[in-house]
Amino acid sequence: MTIDIKSNGGNVTAVLYGEIDHHNAQEIRTQLDNYIITVQPPEMIIDFSNITFMDSSGIGLIMGRSRLMREWGGNLEIRNPQPYIRRVMKLAGMERIVKIT
Amino acid sequence: MEILNEIKFTIPSLSVNESTARAVVSSFLTQTDPTVEELSDIRTAVSEAVTNAIVHGYRHSRGVIEITVRLLPERNVYIKIRDKGCGIPDVRKAMQPLFTTTPEEERSGLGFSVMESFMDSLTVRSEVGHGTTVIMRKRLAVHGNC
Repeated sequence: MTIDIKSNGGNVTAVLYGEIDHHNAQEIRTQLDNYIITVQPPEMIIDFSNITFMDSSGIGLIMGRSRLMREWGGNLEIRNPQPYIRRVMKLAGMERIVKIT
Repeated sequence: MEILNEIKFTIPSLSVNESTARAVVSSFLTQTDPTVEELSDIRTAVSEAVTNAIVHGYRHSRGVIEITVRLLPERNVYIKIRDKGCGIPDVRKAMQPLFTTTPEEERSGLGFSVMESFMDSLTVRSEVGHGTTVIMRKRLAVHGNC
């Protein structure tokens, strides 16, 4: 599992690579939280283009980061999930909580 | 019902084996030439069931998870995932969407909902102190040259 975090001015994009399941969600969570808590960005995009698998562990991961960002009024956006990952997100009603594009 | 082909394997209840279980099931099912969507659905459902066994079944212990996949006539796939862990006191309640006993670990409580949505049928049998058996079925679409 690899995470590439890019910051351009106020825009922060975290590009995730690999699979998201219960096993590696913890590692992703730790890496993202370390960055989010330190930088407290107003906007953060998580790019799912390179995520090849996600089960409901990914839902908890996204919800948790969204909650964290909202502590200082920040927004989280999910970009480019593959169609079947989008189905998992839709099942969870995630589009009501975070922007998915 | 006639079994056309079958695989049975066991994994220790280590979270690193979640991906192993998905990979083995996927590999076995490639002989049926499933669509990408069908394979994604099955991989996701298997991942949910195996994760439940690890996170809930063997929460305070380590044990073995047994996985059986059968190919049945008319492109029906049967998957059984069994643990001998602590069991579920109230299966109906556990299957309600968003029900979770581990919110502090950011478990979404959607595991059974995903299994139900992505497979054609889901049966959960559980006995406290003896474990849980999840049986899922899915009929693969017929596709070919004619």
